[in-house]
Amino acid sequence: MAQTLRVNPIDCSGHGVCAELLPELVSLDEWGYPIVDPRPVPAALDREARRAVAACPALALKLIRG
Amino acid sequence: MTTAVNESAPESAPGGAARQAAGLPRLLPALEQDDLRGHLDRYGPPPYRGQPGLLIGDIETSGLTGRGGAAFPVYRKLAIVARARGRKVVVANGAESEPASRKDELLLRVVPNLVLDGLQLAAEAVGATEAHLYLHSAATPEIARALAERSARGLDGLPVTITQAPPRFLAGQESALVNRLAGGPARPAFQPPRVSERGLGGAPTLVQNVETLAHLALIARYGPRWFRAAGTDAEPGSMLATVYRPEAKTQVVEAEIGTPLRTLLSSGAETRAWLVGGYHGTWLPVPQAAGLTLDNDSLAKHGAAVGAGVLVALPSDRCGLTEAARVTGYLAAESAGQCGPCLNGLPRIAAALAELAGPRHRQQVRADVERWAGLVTGRGACHHPDGTVRFVRSALTVFAPEISLHARGQCSATSRRPFLPLPDGIPTSDDDWT
Repeated sequence: MAQTLRVNPIDCSGHGVCAELLPELVSLDEWGYPIVDPRPVPAALDREARRAVAACPALALKLIRG
Repeated sequence: MTTAVNESAPESAPGGAARQAAGLPRLLPALEQDDLRGHLDRYGPPPYRGQPGLLIGDIETSGLTGRGGAAFPVYRKLAIVARARGRKVVVANGAESEPASRKDELLLRVVPNLVLDGLQLAAEAVGATEAHLYLHSAATPEIARALAERSARGLDGLPVTITQAPPRFLAGQESALVNRLAGGPARPAFQPPRVSERGLGGAPTLVQNVETLAHLALIARYGPRWFRAAGTDAEPGSMLATVYRPEAKTQVVEAEIGTPLRTLLSSGAETRAWLVGGYHGTWLPVPQAAGLTLDNDSLAKHGAAVGAGVLVALPSDRCGLTEAARVTGYLAAESAGQCGPCLNGLPRIAAALAELAGPRHRQQVRADVERWAGLVTGRGACHHPDGTVRFVRSALTVFAPEISLHARGQCSATSRRPFLPLPDGIPTSDDDWT
């Protein structure tokens, strides 16, 4: 099942952990907030994506279906 | 087109006979306040269907869309809430938080009973167990009187709880409304789930603008075919618009959807540009936009939308850049401050516009605005950054010649008097969200 990364922008406080763990899919804007690739997470990055989700200090990053 | 005028006598409009066939005016036949007896003489009691669900088919056939700004098909929200079980909530949203809009205030003053009929009929249609009215002010005398008279006559299926909205631009946004009704600050929430699925206290919650409910109350009486006799196929019916023109008082107009904009707004030499859809709306250059009509299909071709029906013809003696910068400063201050890109980007965009509106600016300012506009778009929990960017980008396009003038230390305006209305004081503390 293909999954997509989504940030809850209210919960996100710009720690930047996601961009460190998953630079292939997450970059930071000039204020330190994540810009997430809207396309489905490629299978090869599945594990890294899960790690980034688990590591978010604000619990703001989620993997959603579709 | 029918015109209701704030603080002065109503004007009659041309083309009366043709309009009459479409049944206009529909919402504002009486410009004096309609008490319950007058309302019942005109319309009779609310035509309850006797059980939930029955009205929804008529609303679907009518093609009624939300009049609060998003133009979402009303029957779809009704159907989502109707099919849920247990506790369900219906809210009439009268917290007209767009500073330039006056139509909901007028509607609630002139035909409060039509709005309250719509609230009760929508409540029956979805099988609601709670009814709320959300207002920018405390209950007005008109509302308080209407509720008391209706209660005495036993007209309402559910008692109506009134909640006051804080004077903030985003207070009327659906999820902000639900947060306020729950006793919290009127700040938007991250969605999904939508409030129609999980709203107040987790209950499916139907939120409809008060004008939408007034239309619903008329459709329940006269049927979808009557409703569709006005408007376009995609957007049937009439709508209220708040109209600003040079040398004229602010007017609330009931217009058929699809009405040519040039019949509502001036387009001659006295007009510098149009703003359609309010402060999340779009600036349009007058000669190019003169053929557009008041409906989303037509406006979408120019990147614009009807929104909550704010229509402005900016007088040619004012500076569009200055006006846009002033409003952008307001919009930046009205960020709920919850999402990083909006919190950081909007004040920077506003400062850049202020610089462009001043005499001379740094070379990179326009590129900065464009970059920040890209960075905030689509990255908020609500549409505040997106709407602000639409307003700003269209201003930079339409007023490009003015930017060049300002860069040389000039300005084509002869009046410095602000034209677009803003609230007197912009609140800033956290308390102001409740």
